[in-house]
Amino acid sequence: MQNGTKPPRAVAADEDRSAIDWERLAATAEFKSLLAAKARFIVPATVFFIVYYFSLPLLVGYAPALMARKVFGVINVAYLFALSQFFMAWIVAWLYVRAAARFDRSARAVIDKGTR
Amino acid sequence: MSHALLMFLGFIAITLGITWWAARKSSGSSAFFAAGRSLKAWQNGIAVAGDYMSAASFLGIAGIIAFQGYDGFMYSVGWLVAYLTVLLLVAEPLRNAGKYTMADVLAYRLSPRPVRALGAVSTITVSTFYMIAQMVGAGALVSLLLKDTGVSYQTAVIGIGVLMIVYVVFGGMLATTWVQIVKAILLMAGTVLLSILVLGHFGFSLGAFFDAVGEVTYTNAQGVRVTQDFMTPGLRYTPPYGALDLVSLGMALIFGTAGLPHILVRFYTVPDARTARNSVVWAMFIIGGFYILTTFLGFGAATIVGRDFIAANGGTNMSAPLLARALAGDLFFAFISAIAFATILAVVAGLTISASTSFAHDFWTNVLHHGRERREGEEVRVARITAFFVGAISILIAIVLGPTANVAFLVALAFAVAASANLPVIVLSLFWRRFNTAGAVCGLATGLASSLVLIALSPSILKADAIFPLENPGIVSIPLGFLGAVLGTLLKREPEAERKFTELSVRANTGLGAERAASH
Repeated sequence: MQNGTKPPRAVAADEDRSAIDWERLAATAEFKSLLAAKARFIVPATVFFIVYYFSLPLLVGYAPALMARKVFGVINVAYLFALSQFFMAWIVAWLYVRAAARFDRSARAVIDKGTR
Repeated sequence: MSHALLMFLGFIAITLGITWWAARKSSGSSAFFAAGRSLKAWQNGIAVAGDYMSAASFLGIAGIIAFQGYDGFMYSVGWLVAYLTVLLLVAEPLRNAGKYTMADVLAYRLSPRPVRALGAVSTITVSTFYMIAQMVGAGALVSLLLKDTGVSYQTAVIGIGVLMIVYVVFGGMLATTWVQIVKAILLMAGTVLLSILVLGHFGFSLGAFFDAVGEVTYTNAQGVRVTQDFMTPGLRYTPPYGALDLVSLGMALIFGTAGLPHILVRFYTVPDARTARNSVVWAMFIIGGFYILTTFLGFGAATIVGRDFIAANGGTNMSAPLLARALAGDLFFAFISAIAFATILAVVAGLTISASTSFAHDFWTNVLHHGRERREGEEVRVARITAFFVGAISILIAIVLGPTANVAFLVALAFAVAASANLPVIVLSLFWRRFNTAGAVCGLATGLASSLVLIALSPSILKADAIFPLENPGIVSIPLGFLGAVLGTLLKREPEAERKFTELSVRANTGLGAERAASH
């Protein structure tokens, strides 16, 4: 039994809530720049993938002639566009993971400041 | 057909071994509900993929593509791109701020009892819809596969139900996770093998394969033999409402995944937000690879087996197993069918554990007993009892329903409910300071009610007499869910919720004070 020494505890995750001054942390320049940096990546990335994705059902639904145009053999624009969605998703994910490594470093700086 | 039975029994033996091992290893709530938060990124990533690639993906998509060509591929695309919503918006904040369930994040800054009560209702509703689809898939498979071994549909459904109860009750999240991992690997192996065989059938020439897809012959509804280019969009989604339905489906898929309780709880099984993020990326590569291969499963079934034969031998859901038989005989048919069984079993176990966790943690402990366990271990005990009931109820529903509609389509309805009820409140509670309890309650209620009512009025239920013209309600119910949440919020101010937003934001973005992995 790993947790044998701990007393039975409340179910909410509140162990260290009282120990940390959240307001002060939220007001630090480090935290603000972390939020800004995240927003700079996440907002455009989200808008981009939503627009890119919904172009597919919209074009398939409302421009069927364009989408049925054959590119080589029977392979048409619709299939190639659908296939490109997979690569779009993988590339956005990869870019996010790269950016998030930076966010992790900034987050650590905020934590260091808060628990010092 | 005893090969299938033997292979399936082999899978059961392995998974029961895993359950036995997990039951010996784990004790305590964090172990039961979240596998001790000690999984590695690749393990959780494969398990997420396993939880996600359900009967709908394997049997359902292959079936829609085999019958209606390109339009079925839209499911494949939507179900992968959906993970960007999970990755960019939900997975990390959820891991940082929650404990066991989706409602944990809502309860953080809002009044916990109403939010958790509705959160539990929504979780159980979505899980039940999903479960019905899995059971229908199981039923279709059984009635085709075991019709001459004397195992009836009822016996098989009861068997699946009992097994899933055993995994969850005895093995908890750890056993469920490893069952997912084993199943995901089997499913990928089966899919890759099947795709290679399809290509082999066309002399490993992609050109020959696609040429065949360009002229698929089948008997249409009027009984006339027709030849159709299956790469052409619009065979399923036809005017006047097809285009709108396609967008509606897309919305349900893209925004539903990030509201699926059994996927969200998976992010509590890892030590931190970074691992949660990496596990999403693992899952995206596995899932994406699988969905690209549905091209070969679906079009392969359309060209090699043919729509008429599938329709006469078990219906759309049987396309992939019948393709296996056409390509490599009864033994491979048995192997693919056993994988489909394993898929269903594993997903059903994942659904059961998320539904029972939500009932025990959100409803029992936090709504009825104000967040305190009266006795050590009570929450786990309640979850085990709930798992038993969830299992029993789903066995009953599955027996009453029997095999009918396409399972991918049924699951898409579960996604619509998740996208309309869960996603708006999760996103708003994480990103909108002004959001409050009234907003969460209104959002959950509106999203849940509107999606359920619209499904009830849709062609899926009322057939030709449908009052609402679309199969999938997403395009109306998702905006309604958001609208309900926003309007509810504007009714009044809740200073406490706004004050706690600061704390939630610091926690969600830095991981400070997050639940930690169990120490060993």
